[in-house]
Amino acid sequence: MEENRVVPPCQLLLIGGSAGSLEVLFKLLPRLNADLPFAIVLVLHRRSTGDSSLTELLSSKTVNHTSEVEDKEPVKPGNIYLAPADYHLLIEKDRTFSLDYSEKINFSRPSIDVTFESACEIYGESAVALILSGANEDGTHGMKCIKKAGGRTLAQNPETAQMPFMPNYAITHGVIDYVLDIPQMADFINQMK
Amino acid sequence: MWEMIEDEDIDLLLNDLFDLYGYDFTSYSRASLKRRIVRLCSLDKFPSFAELRYRVKNDPDYLKRFVEEITVNVTEMFRDPSFYKSLRDDILPILGTKPFIRIWHAGCSTGEEVYSMAILLKEAGLLKKSLLYATDLNPSVLEKVRKGIFPLNQMKQYSENYIASGGKKDFSTYYTANYGQAKLDRDLSEKIIISTHNLVSDSSFNEFDLILCRNVLIYFDKNLQDRVLNLFDASLGSLGYLALGTKETLKFSAIQNKFKQINREKIWKKIV
Ligand SMILES: C[S@@+](CC[C@H](N)C(=O)[O-])C[C@H]1O[C@@H](n2cnc3c(N)ncnc32)[C@H](O)[C@@H]1O
Repeated sequence: MEENRVVPPCQLLLIGGSAGSLEVLFKLLPRLNADLPFAIVLVLHRRSTGDSSLTELLSSKTVNHTSEVEDKEPVKPGNIYLAPADYHLLIEKDRTFSLDYSEKINFSRPSIDVTFESACEIYGESAVALILSGANEDGTHGMKCIKKAGGRTLAQNPETAQMPFMPNYAITHGVIDYVLDIPQMADFINQMK
Repeated sequence: MWEMIEDEDIDLLLNDLFDLYGYDFTSYSRASLKRRIVRLCSLDKFPSFAELRYRVKNDPDYLKRFVEEITVNVTEMFRDPSFYKSLRDDILPILGTKPFIRIWHAGCSTGEEVYSMAILLKEAGLLKKSLLYATDLNPSVLEKVRKGIFPLNQMKQYSENYIASGGKKDFSTYYTANYGQAKLDRDLSEKIIISTHNLVSDSSFNEFDLILCRNVLIYFDKNLQDRVLNLFDASLGSLGYLALGTKETLKFSAIQNKFKQINREKIWKKIV
């Protein structure tokens, strides 16, 4: 895990999760500093019925402003954004969000890959991505893009994951820089510039 | 390798489309448009972007496929049941006091939304005095609206949506099942008027009491959204209603002061 090159400052943190990832967020979010210098985008697999209670639940775990994305909303540092149920979440050049109701990818909408790839195009090496617990292959392809672009890629330690498949899949495909448990994730993110 | 498509390439392709065929996609959301183009290249196995561009330029038949695949046509009956419940409970009773009801479904895709509305109107006893204008830029989806035939295996989901929207009847009374297809009843389509209409380039064509444009604006950039919202404003009678998709908003738009959101659903009433 040595790091010799100059690390570009993080401008966007992407977190992808599926089954078993909420519990992780409930522990991780309260440990994060207020007013982080980058936005956090959460892409979670969830039931397609859009219940707004998830936003409220996540919101109650953090001091940072948390909301479900609305179309063409600007990406603002310090905020936490949740991808809405049943839409893919994309990012435009002018750093606003776009929603997309096209086919499911990896049986999922929102798909983690879709958002990670889109963010990678815009943020490149200044994107950081974290993949959490899940039973799906989603996310690995997007992490690959980000790693290739020079961004940093993190995975939840599969041993601590309720569903180790998703982080494991990313790790075995060689797209992960750091494997972390929850306190390490928090430290990593809080120290990230 | 398709991740390598440059924005300049896309600009060239979009210029061809406009110059040769009059289709203007230049103000569409780039992120989504690019994904669709990448997807089409891999679906149709073009070895390079230049080949796609050549094909679009020289094969008008392929243009049809291009437009169909570049636009997103995914839709459902009674999608977002709480939205339809609000139409049922809050909007139709008010529209019902008018002598005629004119409704415009802009970007109706294959028509599931239009038929859902026809069912609501029928159950409210208003269908006879209503007209539903179903428009889209893509002629192929409109052909499906005309037929009113949908896959039978989706009816279970639609029936659940229908009930969640406050529907009290047996949903299967609205269609006839045949060879894996569900054909919606003729009397539902009697009041549907189908026409191509491009929100980018075509103008207002009537005055409406309710305009639905759901999950279409998300594919447009901010400027185009504003232009289209102005078109809707100009096409709504006084105190008319505008309904958008669940994640779309008037909040950042130029016309927001002329409209008032009526409840938590994405329905606005024109107040000036
Ligand atoms: C995702 S569908 C929405 C269908 C339906 N309103 C719903 O919410 O379920 C988007 C539709 O918008 C249409 N569309 C895209 N650009 C358009 C334009 N410039 N003018 C009219 N329709 C357009 C597409 O052809 C597609 O059928």
